[in-house]
Amino acid sequence: MNRTVDVLVVGAGPAGLAAAARLAAAGAGRVEVLERELDAGGIPRHCARPGFGADARGRPLDGPGYARRSVRAALRAGATVRTGVSATGWAGPLTLDVTAPTGLERVRARAVVLATGARERPRSARLVPGSRPAGVLTTGELQRLVLRFGARPEHIGRRAVVVGGDPVARAAVRTLRAAGVEVVAVVTEHPARRTAFGAVPVLGGAVVSELLGRGRLTGVAVRSGAGRTTRHTLRCDTVVFTGDWIPDHELARACGLPLAPGTRGPATDSAFRTAAAGVFAVGNLLRGVEPAVVAAAEGRTVAAAVIGLLEGRPWPEGRVPVGVPAGSVGPLRWVTPGLLGPVAAPLLVRPERRLVRPVLTVTQDGAPLRRVRLNGALAPWRSVRLPPWWAHGVDLGGGPVVVGAEE
Amino acid sequence: MSVTRTGPLPAGADATYDVVVVGAGVVGSAIARTLARHPLRVALVEAANDVGDGTSKANTAILHTGFDALPGTLEARLVREGYHLLSAYAQETGIPVEPLGALLVAWDEQQRAALPRLAEKAQRNGHRTTGLLTAAELRSREPHLGPGALAALEVPGESVICPWTTTLAYATQAVRSGVDLHLDCRVEKVRPGDPYHRLVTRRGVLRTRHLVNACGLHADAFDALVGREDFTVTPRRGQLLVFDKFARDLVRHILLPVPGPLGKGVLIAPTVYGNVMLGPTAEDLDDKTATGTTAEGLAGLREQGGRILPALLDEEVTAVYAGLRAATGQEDYRIAAHPGLRYVTVGGIRSTGLTASLAIAEHVRGLLADCGLGLGPERPLARLRMPNLGEAFPRPYRDARLIARDPEFGAIVCHCERVTRGEIRAALTSTIPPGGLDGLRRRTRARGGRCQGHSCGAEVRALFEEHAEHREGTR
Ligand SMILES: Cc1cc2nc3c(=O)[nH]c(=O)nc-3n(C[C@H](O)[C@H](O)[C@H](O)COP(=O)(O)OP(=O)(O)OC[C@H]3O[C@@H](n4cnc5c(N)ncnc54)[C@H](O)[C@@H]3O)c2cc1C
Ligand SMILES: Cc1cc2nc3c(=O)[nH]c(=O)nc-3n(C[C@H](O)[C@H](O)[C@H](O)COP(=O)(O)OP(=O)(O)OC[C@H]3O[C@@H](n4cnc5c(N)ncnc54)[C@H](O)[C@@H]3O)c2cc1C
Repeated sequence: MNRTVDVLVVGAGPAGLAAAARLAAAGAGRVEVLERELDAGGIPRHCARPGFGADARGRPLDGPGYARRSVRAALRAGATVRTGVSATGWAGPLTLDVTAPTGLERVRARAVVLATGARERPRSARLVPGSRPAGVLTTGELQRLVLRFGARPEHIGRRAVVVGGDPVARAAVRTLRAAGVEVVAVVTEHPARRTAFGAVPVLGGAVVSELLGRGRLTGVAVRSGAGRTTRHTLRCDTVVFTGDWIPDHELARACGLPLAPGTRGPATDSAFRTAAAGVFAVGNLLRGVEPAVVAAAEGRTVAAAVIGLLEGRPWPEGRVPVGVPAGSVGPLRWVTPGLLGPVAAPLLVRPERRLVRPVLTVTQDGAPLRRVRLNGALAPWRSVRLPPWWAHGVDLGGGPVVVGAEE
Repeated sequence: MSVTRTGPLPAGADATYDVVVVGAGVVGSAIARTLARHPLRVALVEAANDVGDGTSKANTAILHTGFDALPGTLEARLVREGYHLLSAYAQETGIPVEPLGALLVAWDEQQRAALPRLAEKAQRNGHRTTGLLTAAELRSREPHLGPGALAALEVPGESVICPWTTTLAYATQAVRSGVDLHLDCRVEKVRPGDPYHRLVTRRGVLRTRHLVNACGLHADAFDALVGREDFTVTPRRGQLLVFDKFARDLVRHILLPVPGPLGKGVLIAPTVYGNVMLGPTAEDLDDKTATGTTAEGLAGLREQGGRILPALLDEEVTAVYAGLRAATGQEDYRIAAHPGLRYVTVGGIRSTGLTASLAIAEHVRGLLADCGLGLGPERPLARLRMPNLGEAFPRPYRDARLIARDPEFGAIVCHCERVTRGEIRAALTSTIPPGGLDGLRRRTRARGGRCQGHSCGAEVRALFEEHAEHREGTR
């Protein structure tokens, strides 16, 4: 079946729903959101605890509450939200192939907003060697298991090790403990921050170097210390790999969109326009996890540019790519937006490791544009926002802009 | 026909067979299927809780032409015959195969000099269509190759195949044609006798006139149970990396290393699922359970792979695993009939067993006849069509007519691999239902994609358990 809509949003998480709500309210015409899961709302649906802002009366919202609110807002504004519907590929520049229980469709749109989110790299992508037992999870799978089955130890085990030090590792620890699972230790490459994990021992500067056990996990080998020379074994039947995000960029890549190095998400300008005319991208798809309110704010922001396009504003040309230094891992992991246009835009920068009072630099074609020492410390689990003046002086006819850091 | 997994084995006359095949890998399953063409009572007995759970699930999935086998060996003949038999069988039953052809890429003068000799060897193996490619020709066929590729030998016909569907197809067809499959049923003792051997398992005793040892890595241990010590199996580990589907466009052929004095090197090959595989290593071990991967192994693979196809390393890794080849210190299979014992050992099926499986089965059928098994007339096997897991062939999520008939085939559960609820249900209610989530993955690919269950793991497990409970309930 072939259909046409005005705006097709792929992904009903905070970003996609916020975009749809704003667009429908602004009179963008038929705004349709596709969601492959059976329920709309995105990742917050599985985060059953406060941490998602507050409702109108100031009461803290948990993830499911936040998700419900986002869905309601989009529906109330007049957007269509279709669940259990997967966008599987492109049939044309602005036409998506869709599979649903009701059949196959080809949906043409005047604008496409990709909001497909991000996922955690599993054990295999992290190249953790060892056997292939059951009991190896990501936070995403853990949370969904708990949501689905409650606290049944046959599903999540009895003794768990959590790998990672980001806030999402804390979420994993909380989920495990709430499900009655003993958390044996948190293993993080970064220096230990004991306070972050309550009573759970934190092994800082350590990596899980091997999974052990056949059938079911029986333990993990951990290497720690300078040069990671000491090795010992933690007994456990579950290991949760947390963080280490990779955008769900399948549709973006299938569309031929260039990825921004570092983020592995499609490069966009500050209005979330990608390199392909009519295709926008927002939310975690751009770079992995930021708080839900950040993703939602991006969804709202994109609406203006989408409406501009629908009203006939031309797609910008001559935008310069922005990135962190190519090649080996430096002090910075990524910077967004990945394309700079004529409109000044703030830059979001994510450090690779803890940086104390670093000097941030901006160069274009090897020529320095800016060097500024930041006060305070940057943490690898949080982005810093640089105000729009950081990109002043960039030559839109010039080559790539590189944002670097010196300690 | 029946499949059992738990509880005591059938007793009395029901536990008396003409032939018992021990080991339901690709080889044992192929043998059981071939025997099912005759009016015999046959059982296939397996220690694991699923078929194809040993070496057969963890190979490089290449359907070899046999061009580089050691001419004159049994292996060379059975690989050549097996290639044709399995190609035809795949066509008939829907096992995905892609005849991509192979390129043996020479990276130095020594390797280049070896190519004509390999072409000659191929000829002696009955393979006359190989051709030498210059560096420029090679580059136009494989534009993403790393710098320094000097020349290549092209081997048309080398193919990639789905190893999981192959084993499952054999076992399914065997069961549907009357073979009993007993899973979770390790044979622990053999009491040879006349007219019956008694096989002791934890689930009871089976009696059989004839016995086939298709125990893979454990063929030597099983031989010992009947008092034979003809060879020792030394596991040779092969570690492999499977790259994301986005890597698929980087390679068009199976890129084989040129075998040389400095060891074997690794290959890069597309998979029928649309991924790219890099490996395997070759490590001689003494632990038959050492199917783990190692940091050194994976780092070495990446280093070698990066030289062959540099852009490969920029792509995400979907899976890492290792398989164990059954090496026996001899450059050939160790297939032997012992007529006095009415016993056939199918040992040393090293690195070509998937390809040769159907030819091995034919060969073993002949050996059983030599051991006095009266085969009786031939009859047709039950018809079979396997669900397609191959990316190059139509998948249910793109099949409008199928979805119109059954909307469950439009409900995608595993998003990375686009596996629908219809396919999962079909696998759970199939002739040989999976014994666990890994078995379900091998039947459908669910949880086998780039997210490895991050988004679908809970849902897939729920479907599996719902079904298991349902099955318990109706028992
Ligand atoms: C464990 C965890 C804890 C968190 N805790 C907090 C917290 O306490 N507070 C907070 O503010 N934020 C938290 N976050 C972050 C927050 O959840 C994310 O920022 C937010 O969900 C991002 O929104 P999104 O719309 O970009 O992506 P998502 O929420 O991931 O939504 C993307 C949606 O797109 C759908 N989709 C993808 N591909 C397709 C396709 N091809 N067809 C159809 N649909 C598709 C997906 O199914 C998904 O529903 C947490 C995240 C995690 C993982
Ligand atoms: C890394 C690697 C790459 C390879 N690549 C290829 C390739 O590209 N192409 C190709 O054609 N071949 C390839 N092979 C070879 C192929 O995988 C093997 O030859 C084939 O799988 C062997 O099958 P099998 O049935 O003999 O053994 P298995 O699959 O190991 O089956 C033996 C079965 O016997 C069972 N068993 C053992 N003892 C008992 C007992 N006492 N009672 C009951 N059950 C028992 C085991 O549980 C097991 O399931 C490769 C192998 C490896 C390791």
